Amino acid sequence: MKNTFATLAVLAMTTGLAAPALADLVVPNLSYRTGPYAPGGIPYADGFADYFTLLNERDGGIGGEKVSVPECETAYNTEKGVECYEATKGSGALVYNPLSTGITYQLIPKVSADKIPLYTPGYGRTSAANGKVFEWVFNYPANYWDAASVAVKYLLEQNGGSLEGKKIALVYHNSAYGKEPIRTLTELSRKHGFTLAELPVDHPGQEQKSQWLQIRRDKPDYVLMYGWGVMNAVAIQEAANIRFPMENFIGIWWSGADHDVLPAGDGANGYKSLAMHGTGMDYPVYADLKQYVHDAGKSAGAGDQVGGVLYSRGMYAALVISEAIRKAQELAGTSAITAAQMRDGMEALEITEERMVELGLPAFGQPFTATCEDHGGPGAAMVQQWDATAKKWTLLTGFIAPDDEVLDPLVAEDSAAYAAEAGITERCN
Amino acid sequence: MLYREGGDFKTTYAEDNQTFPIKFDRLRYYAVLVVAFGVIPFFINDYWANAVFVPFLIYAIAAIGLNILTGYCGQVSLGTGGFMAVGAYAVYKLMTSFPEVSIAIHVLLAGLITAAVGVLFGLPSLRIKGFYLAVATLAAQFFLVWLFNKVPWFYNYSASGQITAPERTILGVAITGANTSAAAKYLFCAAILFVLAWLARNLTRGTIGRKWMAIRDMDIAAEIIGVNPLTTKLSAFAVSSFFIGVAGALFFAVYLGAAEVGEAFGIQKSFLILFMVIIGGLGSIFGSFAGAAFLVLLPVFLKNVLVGLLGWPTDLAAHIELMIVGGLIVGFLIAEPHGLAQLWRVAKEKLRLWPFPH
Repeated sequence: MKNTFATLAVLAMTTGLAAPALADLVVPNLSYRTGPYAPGGIPYADGFADYFTLLNERDGGIGGEKVSVPECETAYNTEKGVECYEATKGSGALVYNPLSTGITYQLIPKVSADKIPLYTPGYGRTSAANGKVFEWVFNYPANYWDAASVAVKYLLEQNGGSLEGKKIALVYHNSAYGKEPIRTLTELSRKHGFTLAELPVDHPGQEQKSQWLQIRRDKPDYVLMYGWGVMNAVAIQEAANIRFPMENFIGIWWSGADHDVLPAGDGANGYKSLAMHGTGMDYPVYADLKQYVHDAGKSAGAGDQVGGVLYSRGMYAALVISEAIRKAQELAGTSAITAAQMRDGMEALEITEERMVELGLPAFGQPFTATCEDHGGPGAAMVQQWDATAKKWTLLTGFIAPDDEVLDPLVAEDSAAYAAEAGITERCN
Repeated sequence: MLYREGGDFKTTYAEDNQTFPIKFDRLRYYAVLVVAFGVIPFFINDYWANAVFVPFLIYAIAAIGLNILTGYCGQVSLGTGGFMAVGAYAVYKLMTSFPEVSIAIHVLLAGLITAAVGVLFGLPSLRIKGFYLAVATLAAQFFLVWLFNKVPWFYNYSASGQITAPERTILGVAITGANTSAAAKYLFCAAILFVLAWLARNLTRGTIGRKWMAIRDMDIAAEIIGVNPLTTKLSAFAVSSFFIGVAGALFFAVYLGAAEVGEAFGIQKSFLILFMVIIGGLGSIFGSFAGAAFLVLLPVFLKNVLVGLLGWPTDLAAHIELMIVGGLIVGFLIAEPHGLAQLWRVAKEKLRLWPFPH
């Protein structure tokens, strides 16, 4: 057998080395299309890849350079994520976007040592918003703590400015991702006088009976949810089963896609979630996508995810990355940029509403400017509600800004702890 | 053919009882050592270290640990993931509390702490056996994961409950943290595996090992001939947990660098290592290596072939990979229920007798 393993190893070596295709701009897609988190991973990966395909087909790439998006399946598993990262980083990867908080935590020290930017829009380590400590990590336009704060602000508006004496339950994925908002919500509960009940749901989240029985017994006024993958659909179904008033149930932006609410049918009517960008097909960019990508048969995956919430998010992430590449090319004066130049581009990135209009996505995302200190963006989000009869999301509010007065000290504290642990000296001074 | 015994005569008891009594085996073993410590460190890069060798070495340590308990002593355990978590959290607490102490000592201490926890959860083994014990160790798995999730002291009160390994060195060479070179990681794990495998081999062929096997084969008979079940079973739990704790510590500190207890040390990990032991071969040190290699390297290899070489879509490749690995496991176990080690042993026998089979 030993010899068999030796041959296997030799074969793996040759194939491992042959794998990365030599393209000019490499943006690896650490996606997951299998496992319990695939419902979220598939549309995101499709949107991400399709947008770069559009740029390649319509504009001939970015600044004349084609973009290649090699995919690597992580199954939302950190070990596979590490393997994917190591397998692709040698190919001249410009930026990583793993769509997993667990993998992000693995990669933060690695990208800092390898000097490759890590882009985690709306997820990852919240305190990476502090560019003074996290030189290579970017999480604009919004993060988990922003989401918690926006949800509470929305509830404040609903309750005439006071949450005194209210009970809010947090149903969360029992992992780094789900635990992130607890610190913020504890702080906010102190500030606004509501009580917070924490209800963890273990990976992958299909088993939530006891949590929802507890909700039925305790009757909280509101339920917030930090869920992902199959957990969302199960939670919404369970909430419908105990007849929890759906309009008092608010998910974060990762718990607000069509496939989360559809399984519960009419029961999901009125469920709310946050949204960090618009969705739907009413944007000019979709005409181009149809012409250059979908009708040309170049769509990623099965091509059946177009226009969904997470498809839009993947596309949005790709858009921000492509804008950063453009900025980096402009700063570096060359179209074939390196990962270090990419970081400079991401730090100098400015996305205005005019630019979004030019890109065919008017009023889609919030305009933001990154700086050396600020890798986090404005953090505003909207609230959307599910209409089960029309089977679509309607936006209830405009962008609500988070409560920076509460968040800024928390970000400073957590990033300072990381800096102390990792021996990082602050930059941008 | 290759395994000629002509001229390979033993004249002393010690010679006859050595680990590799056949000269060819012995030479091959030395050759493997030379390659492992003298050649690979000079050629290894990040991909090879992080995707192939380091996980293989660490899983081999864990598989040897479980093999001592399940293969040699007959105590079925499903708590491996939980014990690995103990090792990981122990090394994390030690690393952050005593930063000036060498990481090698921390890894050793993490193993000892896990051994103590293992003994604690091994206590029920005195009363219950087989499936019942498997359930008791399953409880350990869930309890430990819950504990590390629940008590913030274990993860130093970080916001997300993640633990991250800071940079720690041995003689000025970084072993953990992002700046560690591939060769340092590899050599550290390989050296520990070498020492532990050597230790395991010698334990299992000495008095303790024979006691373990006596308990495994028939506990009542073993007791009648004077084997104390209390010390024997608990020593198996202690030694096994020590190995698994060291594996957990390396898994977190050297390999991943950051870990989340539910994801990294969940029940899947217990199953994975149990599968390694079953496929490799119960009661065999070589089997632990073979099982770990089979379950770590094969998926990586298949992924590289299907996606890298053939250019298949990643999701299709992932599903096919599961089917191939699953099919191979079933195939292997039908062809040889005692695992790869037995297959290897049989192949060796045949080669030794060739061309005159019985």
